[in-house]
Amino acid sequence: MGIFSKEEARKILEKAMSFSTADACVINLSGSDSGNIRYARNTVSTSGSQSNQSMAVNASFGKKSGTATIDEFDDASLEKVVRRAEELAKLSPENPEFMEPLGPQSYDESKTYVEATANITPEYRAEVANSSISPAVANDVTAAGFLDGGAGFSAMMNSNGLFAYNKSTNVEFTVTMRTNDGTGSGWVTRDYNDITKFDAAEASKVAIDKAVMSREAKAIEPGKYTVILEPSAGLGLLQGLGRSIDARSADEGRSFMSKEGGTKLGEKIVDERVNLWSDPLNEEVPAATWDGEGQPLKKTTWIENGVVKNLAYGRYWAKQKGVDPVPFPSNFIMGGGDASLEDLIKSTKKGILVTRLWYIRSVDPQTLLYTGLTRDGTFYIENGKIKYPVKNFRFNESPIIMLNNLETLGKQVRVDGSLIPYMKIRDFTFTSLSDAV
Amino acid sequence: MKRRNFVQMAGMGAGALMVPSMLLGNSIPTEALLEPGMDTLVKKQLADVALNTAKSLGATYADARIGRYLNQYVFTREEKVQNVVNTESFGIGVRVIANGTWGFASTNDVTDSGIKKATQEAVAIAKANSKFQKEPVVLAPVDSYGEVSWKTPLKKDFKDVPVSEKVDLLLTANAAAMNNGASYVNSALFMVNEQKYFASTEGSYIDQDVHRIWPTFGVTAIGDGKFKTRQAMSAPMGMGYEYLDGLESEKLEGPAGLKLYRNSYDIIEDATTAAKQAKEMLTAKSVDAGKYDLVLEPNHLGLTIHESVGHPTELDRVLGYEANYAGTSFATIDKWKSGDFKYGSDIVNIVADKVQQGSLGAVGWDDEGVKTKQWDIIRDGVLVNYQAIRDQVKMIDQNESHGCCYAQSWNDVQFQRMPNISLEAGKEPYSISEMIKDVEKGIYIAGRGSYSIDQQRYNFQFGGTVFYEIKDGKIVGMLNDVAYQSNTQEFWNSCAKICDQSDYRLFGSFFDGKGQPSQVSAVSHGSATTRFNDINVINTGRNV
Repeated sequence: MGIFSKEEARKILEKAMSFSTADACVINLSGSDSGNIRYARNTVSTSGSQSNQSMAVNASFGKKSGTATIDEFDDASLEKVVRRAEELAKLSPENPEFMEPLGPQSYDESKTYVEATANITPEYRAEVANSSISPAVANDVTAAGFLDGGAGFSAMMNSNGLFAYNKSTNVEFTVTMRTNDGTGSGWVTRDYNDITKFDAAEASKVAIDKAVMSREAKAIEPGKYTVILEPSAGLGLLQGLGRSIDARSADEGRSFMSKEGGTKLGEKIVDERVNLWSDPLNEEVPAATWDGEGQPLKKTTWIENGVVKNLAYGRYWAKQKGVDPVPFPSNFIMGGGDASLEDLIKSTKKGILVTRLWYIRSVDPQTLLYTGLTRDGTFYIENGKIKYPVKNFRFNESPIIMLNNLETLGKQVRVDGSLIPYMKIRDFTFTSLSDAV
Repeated sequence: MKRRNFVQMAGMGAGALMVPSMLLGNSIPTEALLEPGMDTLVKKQLADVALNTAKSLGATYADARIGRYLNQYVFTREEKVQNVVNTESFGIGVRVIANGTWGFASTNDVTDSGIKKATQEAVAIAKANSKFQKEPVVLAPVDSYGEVSWKTPLKKDFKDVPVSEKVDLLLTANAAAMNNGASYVNSALFMVNEQKYFASTEGSYIDQDVHRIWPTFGVTAIGDGKFKTRQAMSAPMGMGYEYLDGLESEKLEGPAGLKLYRNSYDIIEDATTAAKQAKEMLTAKSVDAGKYDLVLEPNHLGLTIHESVGHPTELDRVLGYEANYAGTSFATIDKWKSGDFKYGSDIVNIVADKVQQGSLGAVGWDDEGVKTKQWDIIRDGVLVNYQAIRDQVKMIDQNESHGCCYAQSWNDVQFQRMPNISLEAGKEPYSISEMIKDVEKGIYIAGRGSYSIDQQRYNFQFGGTVFYEIKDGKIVGMLNDVAYQSNTQEFWNSCAKICDQSDYRLFGSFFDGKGQPSQVSAVSHGSATTRFNDINVINTGRNV
């Protein structure tokens, strides 16, 4: 088993710390137990399980630091890894950006661990595959899917008296359903900390229905369209915005958040209905309540009513700038509205419903322009109804332009550990058509 | 991108962004890189434990891979060393066929008992999954090679070069960039050594020592509220540290003062040029959208080959095994069977290769014990073959594996990965300058840039590192905001002219991702400078 309890972890960390002779010492201990199953062509292709534990010791003499890791935890091994880190530290050059370890901190109790998820068995995983494959066969569709899940823990202790521990579980599922005539494809994703919320048959049905609905898509001209982005599609572009919250890059003038002589902190950059924040205690997307440096993670607002409220400052950069550190987030939440997907479709005169975006790549970091394509279910909407499936498009769009063209925010859905609403956006830029199904 | 990746990327420095966590093993001191590792005889005995255990449990086939992966990464920015990372990862992966079904398990407990346990798990997984297996796995025959070995031909092992020398080189390159107008520079050296031992129940015991190196940087210039970054013109290579010798004999003169490098790289010279070009990019003209003849430099074209030929001709994608992640392929079996599917124009000849010296994909045997070779994928513009492994070739009526099975580490299962996929150079003497002379309205593009392609590999969009406008046979200035879009088959059928072998160079990638759970693989793509007529260029400039 790769999981240590809080007390087991503390005991091992205290033992390792007792061997330290360095000016400062930070020790991280982590482990996981996970398993996966992969299927394609309506049959299981590969599956496996992984279990591991590792300890990393970072020792410092003045501003000289060294790190060593080990995966054995008897006393002799613990002493060996500490000595090795100390030897490395003595040989290393001074790091001008070295920061003293934090003192003791207090953390909120996280909600990231659910026993049922930790207890997933190979038989359960096989049944999930069967829950996709059987209805696929019955609907003249071919399933290709992947389930990966398990439990993990992380703990840290430092020579200034800090101790932190977190245990978490997570399960991620995706399946692509392709019609056997090769003209339709549907996809769905689900992820949870709590496996009891997961219904493989329900999820698979969504993908099957989309595959059947998307058969024999029509080509329509690329251009600017009103789009309804399902949460998976929206997340793909919002991540581009999320990656630009680093204060140091902004201060250095090499980020979207830079402007001549300063940053966009405090400026309105998107529609005033846009609110983005992180919150490790959110019930739907719980996350760890401390980061890799041992800083407590709290609810943090990044964009409020369209205005940049915070940029993330690492400890070194915060000190340079004379501000308090703002830790990077461990999840990402965008405020939504009450509208369901059906409501959004009903209120659309002409538009495109997008299931997901694929192969998203940065084109220009200055403007946050991204390109990519729609995939696995793209539909034309007319007068409040889905009229027919359309061929996939390539887009060239910036999340900043997109969030300035916001029409309606819908309900939030958990995707990849983040909470993202359905979004209706006007004038979304599709630049060419793709023949891909 | 998964949530944890999003969070990690948001929280990391620029240097760390380039290192996928899956490549990191346990940190070790530099001197530990020089330790010899386990003796081959011992590996043979341990591998036999896996093979014998598997057979005793009813497996009809088994292979064992004992891997020791040694990596060193050096990161710097401006005058600072950000990090020097040495890692080691050691363990064994056991793959079996039982009840006609694959099973796999791995462990870092490389002892008789640890190996037995992992092998039992692999067999148990195979038997458990066999109830969902529609057809039993059938392997193409392979020779029994006995005890053999292979090593990347190299002159200088990176492990023998002091870290201080590597740090000095990067800091000198950084200084060269800063002295020539750069505002910031990040540079890195990635060095990889895969010590792999393979044994199978079919009688092969293969010991391999694979080396790879990638020096790279990003130079950023800032001015008038804008920033522009020029990446290095290096290629990741299957070579030793001698790649950094910067031999004059391996340098080529590109247009507009661009320096290009073949099998030897001068990082200081390139950083100097990069700083000047990054500054020039700040005021370069924004491109007028429209149709242009594109003259594509090999370190740029390699990525286009990778995405539009390499991936669509992977047989596992064609068959649907990647349908849920990276996708399927337009290059379907019926097109291949027709024997006349025009993938490209008559001058397009694309070769798959696992033996090309200096390439990232070169090994003696693949990760299921198949001796490597070269074969045609496209000949005279026609699709003639795929990339396949032992359990796939029967599906294309062949009985010999192409030898392109690979696992990123001992603890990952091996599966079909792209070999080097390269465009043959033109047969007649033809230089870059002659090609530019022949273009009336065009754009010369060098270096890798933004890239995106659909899940069946029809529609793509590529950017680049630097762009120069060509008018009436002459370079007239630098361009900004350039990206081209095309359809794979249309693009390759517009291929009009290819420079000769003297301009042939390798592009490479350390981090080609595929599979679930995702694995990375390193691969090279060779070509000479090539012209494509009438390609749609868009302007990517925006106001926000």
